[in-house]
Amino acid sequence: MNIGVVVFPGSNCDHDCAHVFRDVLGQDVTMVWHKETSLVGLDAVILPGGFSYGDYLRTGAIARFSPVMGAVTTFAGNGGLVVGVCNGFQILLEAGLLPGAMLRNRSLHFVCKDVYVRVENAATPFTSLYTPGQILKIPIAHADGNYYTDPVTLAGLQANAQVMFRYCTADGKVTPEACPNGSLDNIAGICNAGGNVLGMMPHPERCVETVLGHEDGRALFQSMITSLEGKKLTGVR
Amino acid sequence: MKAKIHVTLKQGILDPQGRAIEHALDSLGFKHAANVRVGKYMELDLNQTDKAKAEVEVKAMCEKLLANTIIEEYRYELG
Repeated sequence: MNIGVVVFPGSNCDHDCAHVFRDVLGQDVTMVWHKETSLVGLDAVILPGGFSYGDYLRTGAIARFSPVMGAVTTFAGNGGLVVGVCNGFQILLEAGLLPGAMLRNRSLHFVCKDVYVRVENAATPFTSLYTPGQILKIPIAHADGNYYTDPVTLAGLQANAQVMFRYCTADGKVTPEACPNGSLDNIAGICNAGGNVLGMMPHPERCVETVLGHEDGRALFQSMITSLEGKKLTGVR
Repeated sequence: MKAKIHVTLKQGILDPQGRAIEHALDSLGFKHAANVRVGKYMELDLNQTDKAKAEVEVKAMCEKLLANTIIEEYRYELG
């Protein structure tokens, strides 16, 4: 597979994402500068974490108008797999590819630590190698991860199983105390209605090798590859 | 023409910065201060003499970029 990793001015997790796909999972990786207007030939696209445009105005607010985002929108509209991690998630929200918005963390602090999340939907191309309800230990590193949306949209996300990950305790209890940022309904990650665009604040690319701590994030990327290989075999795109 | 634009979190949305400032004011003895809301202030020059057209333009700027209307509201003055 050929995985595109978009590079915005200020991205800083782009090489981590490339490392996972290229060196850990043995895939081809194409770094895509934000000025690009085509994603032809790519099988999936990653919007990595970082501080695109210095987080000026609002996180992701300026990056979402980068030339590449038109191509990302088309790619997603055609059913292509798109993942936004951390700042990538914020960009997807600003671009309207996912519903809602990010507020400043409830604590006002930049929070950088391992947290636990529960896999709420294991029937997507991003989570098929997890089990439903599986608890992942995964790092977060953000100041604006306090997910907010209006009550009607939230109800829709819940009803359509678009809430993918929720912050929880080590034994899987979804409690207000287990939420590191004040996110509505402990939301750590959501997908779009089509199930092909994922946004999440935790960094799965930072936990794919035991030598770097733990590897609960690896199955997310492996799930994507498995899904893409399945589609190639059946000729469906 | 100059546009002066204020963007704040919508009423009803928790403003953690505003709350922190409120606590700080309280601890400094300003006991009458309440409901502190933090926002952004932007000003820009518009090369436009028609006020109605300027207003359309500034509103579009706010809707498209300057405010995220899911969580924020905006107001502006032209002059």
